Amino acid sequence: MNGPFIDRLYDLLKQVTGYIYPNEIEVHWSILVVVYPYLTGLVAGAFILASLVKVFNVKEVQGVYRLSLLTALAFLLIAPLPLLLHLGHPERAYEIFLNPNFTSAMAMFGFVYAWYLMVVLVLEIWFTYRRDVILWAREEKPPMRWIHRVITLFSNDVSERSLEVDRKVVKGITIIGIPSAFLLHGYVGFIFGSIKANPWWSSVLMPIVFLFSAIVSGIALVILLYMVITPLRGGKIDMACLDKMSSYLFYAVIVDFSLECLDFIHRLYQSEESIKILSEMVMSKLFISLVIIQVLLGMVLPLALMVGIRLLRVNEELRKLLYFVSVILIQLGIFATRWNVVIGGQMFSKSFKGLTVYKMELTGIEGLLMTLGLLMLPFVVLAILLKIFPAWEWPKKHAAVEPAM
Amino acid sequence: MERRRFLNKLFAVALPGGVLGIVLQRSRARAETSGYDASKHYYGMGIQVDKCIGCGRCVEACKDENNVPREPFFFRTWVERYVIKGNGEVVIQNIDKTISATAEVIGERDFLRSFFVPKLCNQCDNPPCVQVCPVGATFKTEDGIILVDEKRCIGCRYCIQACPYGARYLNPTTQTADKCTFCYHRVVKDLLPACVEVCPTQARIFGDVRSTASPLTRFKRMNKLHVLKPYLNTEPKVAYSELDGEVR
Repeated sequence: MNGPFIDRLYDLLKQVTGYIYPNEIEVHWSILVVVYPYLTGLVAGAFILASLVKVFNVKEVQGVYRLSLLTALAFLLIAPLPLLLHLGHPERAYEIFLNPNFTSAMAMFGFVYAWYLMVVLVLEIWFTYRRDVILWAREEKPPMRWIHRVITLFSNDVSERSLEVDRKVVKGITIIGIPSAFLLHGYVGFIFGSIKANPWWSSVLMPIVFLFSAIVSGIALVILLYMVITPLRGGKIDMACLDKMSSYLFYAVIVDFSLECLDFIHRLYQSEESIKILSEMVMSKLFISLVIIQVLLGMVLPLALMVGIRLLRVNEELRKLLYFVSVILIQLGIFATRWNVVIGGQMFSKSFKGLTVYKMELTGIEGLLMTLGLLMLPFVVLAILLKIFPAWEWPKKHAAVEPAM
Repeated sequence: MERRRFLNKLFAVALPGGVLGIVLQRSRARAETSGYDASKHYYGMGIQVDKCIGCGRCVEACKDENNVPREPFFFRTWVERYVIKGNGEVVIQNIDKTISATAEVIGERDFLRSFFVPKLCNQCDNPPCVQVCPVGATFKTEDGIILVDEKRCIGCRYCIQACPYGARYLNPTTQTADKCTFCYHRVVKDLLPACVEVCPTQARIFGDVRSTASPLTRFKRMNKLHVLKPYLNTEPKVAYSELDGEVR
């Protein structure tokens, strides 16, 4: 048997407080399961930002439309990886697609993921970029020319009529896309919210809280990427765009914070049997990750900064700095939110009589290094996607013209 | 000569025929005993809390019978010791000495009442573990027992999260979910589950919940019963008599 694993359980045993069921010493969903909802949240959030631009035709934010779509795709491609690595038998993962149990929220993963990836994101990106990719392929030398030719699926029609079709299709997909993005992350919330055995998870608000925190994290990520990539490619940050995105972020944070407060107040007011052990857990095991990082640093401080920016009319440079600090804090806060949900839900015994501990390993599949790798990987994918689908460059012939989308 | 040839022929036919007949008869008899019909059974268990002396033989027998890892983090069944102190405080310990090595020692004068509670999978009639399994590896048999197909289980551990009783664990050897099966391999041979078989005080009673004359039915007739966490609507098929309100 796995000796170090058993030794670790003996170590953890010494730190258990109160009484836990004997099978509960091992924390079954570890850091990799924290990463999964974090990544899907970023996907849903980035996509919803792109959809807002398209549906409401917001001029200021047009500049990040393509970046948002590509960010969503890059993160969606990596999102299933932590889940796969976490499985006891990853080689049987295909069973979820071939033999799904229709009463299982997790079994719906295959369908929701395939729908979102194939029908929503890939199609929207393809139709958005079709004209430009055709034109790039005409201008370029191999191998980029070949790559772009293949991506266009050898379509070569850039007539006004075909572009009109592209526009209509993108509009249609965006309209389907918004509920799909809601579905993608709402469903992840449902995986936790539907577990009646676990009072920390079991809440009808869970999918909605997940959804709004997803929107917050997605918008914050696109702002962060925009602020980092623009200077790197020698461009100038468009303050109108940044202000607009930040105002979306501000409203999303307010809704998210209100929902989390509602959940908190509801639990305290109902004061069910589990409240004692949950309070004990929040005040001990989760104090730093929940009270300090999630609430104070990840929510209250960025909110205060954004209110400050609005009230004090600070100058451009300071505004950029404050936005930058805010979005980093928000990312940290949302990651802590995922941690507190996933790990927090396993820190207390279902006997409600004791608390267990979770210690992350440094190396190994469920270790810190793997986690950091998985968090970095979407950025590598994004860099490749941006190489193939430049977000701010247009074909030379049309350089002076506004992009079709 | 004629008679000898006749007898030889008779012997040549009769001997193999007789042997064949005996073999056929035996195999038919075997088929009758192993011809287990799941549709004719529906199993449950009764636990008489006041009879449990906390000897732990059930836990040992279960681990031996079902190849449960010996380490004290993997149990298909376990026994909890409850002590309700004079000030109302409830102290719960696992009777496994490895886990409870540092457990608090409670003086005789400090406690109000104390008892042992054997725990195992409740074989819920409305099982949350079956509901959440993404690939249908956990399923309910026709005779009401919840089993795990270890060849199909992908090791996602969703069932472990969904079980309100902490009755499941991930087997570190097979990397699949594992739990009590009421010793299904024994039950289909008309044997009792190992824990029931070895219990010296008959604190555990196994039987058919639909039968009108089983020990389980008698237990249900003679006792006031309770199940664990009834508010979760899991409809456990393990019923407890003399269960204290403090038991979780």
